[in-house]
Amino acid sequence: MEKKHMFDNPENVKKLLRIFFSSVVALLVIDVVYIILSEQHIIHRHVEYEWEKYWSFYSIYGFVACVVLVLISKYILRPLVKRKEDYYDK
Amino acid sequence: MTSNYLPALVFMLGGLLIPFLRGKAKSIYMMLIPVVGFINLLGLPAGESMFASFGDFNLVLLSIDRLSLMFGYIFHIIAFITVIYILNFKDNVEFVAGFFYAGAALGTIFAGDLFTFFVFWESLTVGSVMLIWSRKTRAAQEAGLRYLLVHAFGGLVLLAGIVFHYTETGSLAMSQITLGNLSSYLIFFGIGINCAWPLLHPWLTDAYPEATIGGTVFLSAFTTKTAVYALARLYPGTELLIWIGVGMAAFPIFYAVIENDLRRVLAYSLINQVGFMVVGIGVGTELAINGACAHAFNDILFKGLLFMSMGAVMYRTGKINATDLGGLYKSMPWTCLFCIVGAASISAFPLFSGFVSKSMVMSAVAESSHIPGQGILTAVWLVLLFAAAGVFHHAGIKIPFFAFFGHDAGHRVKEAPLNMLIAMGMAAFLCIFIGTFPKFLYNVLPYATDYEPYTISHVLTQTELLFFSALAFALLLLGGIYPAEQRALNIDSDWIYRKGGKAAYAFLANTLNPLNTRSESVVMSVARGTADFFKDAYARIYLFISVNFWLAQDIKGKRLELKKQRLYKQLLEGVFPIGVGAAIAVSFIGLVFALT
Repeated sequence: MEKKHMFDNPENVKKLLRIFFSSVVALLVIDVVYIILSEQHIIHRHVEYEWEKYWSFYSIYGFVACVVLVLISKYILRPLVKRKEDYYDK
Repeated sequence: MTSNYLPALVFMLGGLLIPFLRGKAKSIYMMLIPVVGFINLLGLPAGESMFASFGDFNLVLLSIDRLSLMFGYIFHIIAFITVIYILNFKDNVEFVAGFFYAGAALGTIFAGDLFTFFVFWESLTVGSVMLIWSRKTRAAQEAGLRYLLVHAFGGLVLLAGIVFHYTETGSLAMSQITLGNLSSYLIFFGIGINCAWPLLHPWLTDAYPEATIGGTVFLSAFTTKTAVYALARLYPGTELLIWIGVGMAAFPIFYAVIENDLRRVLAYSLINQVGFMVVGIGVGTELAINGACAHAFNDILFKGLLFMSMGAVMYRTGKINATDLGGLYKSMPWTCLFCIVGAASISAFPLFSGFVSKSMVMSAVAESSHIPGQGILTAVWLVLLFAAAGVFHHAGIKIPFFAFFGHDAGHRVKEAPLNMLIAMGMAAFLCIFIGTFPKFLYNVLPYATDYEPYTISHVLTQTELLFFSALAFALLLLGGIYPAEQRALNIDSDWIYRKGGKAAYAFLANTLNPLNTRSESVVMSVARGTADFFKDAYARIYLFISVNFWLAQDIKGKRLELKKQRLYKQLLEGVFPIGVGAAIAVSFIGLVFALT
């Protein structure tokens, strides 16, 4: 029988996802701490735009950007441009 | 130590000897060329040297400053890595073409005048087409031909621009050009075709995935980066470039999400990355130009690494479509690891190379957006941030996930050959090294910089951006919303000449061909009639005169018929008595003499 690999075991996949989701939550917490520290001028924070100071601006932007990207690609672009693989050969 | 060999010729001529060598000697010789080239480069004097005259033109074959030198360094590095990568292929055409192509790229960036620049620019096309054609499949042949046609057209536009530019200014200097008159736009768009600007781009996504495994690695390094160099040299601070760059950064990521061929996904992401560089050149501040160049340097490494890892997958499994791959981490763990390093670098994870260069462009855009009247750059910054999240999504996650993880496609293959692993390992090492110690890269940039990428704010915000992009991917995938890869083709603007060309041909054939046939028949009947008439016209004229003459002499009946037939025959066969001919000629001359 073939050797079992790391992700053949669903437990390992679950474990990986758990670690990932916890680090996502941890980032949100760290952002709060960072905002407090910079408000108190304990850490100097240089920002180009005011909105960069909002809590987890980058997190929300990244998440929304990717969801929008996938939805537009799937529901708008693909129906417009998808052709059979031999489209150009005909 | 000074040296005096033209970097381009070290590669171009050095490459020509490869077919004469065999076995180990051949491999060693091939690896030596970039090394010798690099040592030669280090010894070359700064400034302009190697002058030549061609007709009335004084050409400068070699012009070295910080900008060209930086591109020179990375071109040598990637040539060395790629050569190691392709050692196990035994195709001499690919070897010679690869070196010719790399040499052409070096010639272009070190060219000190527009004419030399143009000659090497065209050589780039020749070398790259050979790399595509060496794949020897029908798809590659066709894609190569389309590639050749597009670039031949681009070359002509560039040449026309250079010729007009020379007539207007009397100068062939490689110095900044301001957009304004026709020549400046022609040169601009000629370069733009090689730079894969939106709508001019499909040669890239069409042809790169059809080239050989090693050829694509070569291709990803040189053509677009040479164009980036040319823009940085000739058009820094041209505002139009900002908008072109934004388009390049934004639109390909949508295609990359739904594309099945993983090398084509990388081709789209290549355009996306070049978009960041073009924006930087358009902004034109020192930080922005530095950012564009630094990102070109890094992109050559991590994009090369990603193409190498996909090439290794293709080499072992024979497949490249996401629908046919998956689970390869089991049999190709090293390739998988190197691919992840490339993916992390292109996504700009902290400690990886993209992190220290992409943010330079972002910061430059943000800084310039505060200048009164430049507020619109804020929108540019937001689109670039969107593109930065998107690139992680399609190149950073999609490539490794669908090739090495995801659904196990059941391939049980060997790990990539040793030379491929070494090449990927070197590129991966450089990606992490530059990402961790960016000073080495910053020191060779065109302008001195004290840019500091590792601030708490930058590290934290970039990590947030990437982790939440990954979160979106994970949730969409688990929720079944993520678009499944499909065996399909996505049309792009090459449709215009691939299908549109056919349609135009059919239209012209249907409307013009009948017209053509009609015109032809009219012309033919007229021509045939005239030809029939003139065939014996002179004989008939003579006959007419003679018959009247004979009638006056009272020659009639059978004798007249006989005389007519004999004269007609003599006239047609040209056996006219010489005396008569001479008499006619003399009388003609006499007539001319009398009249004048």
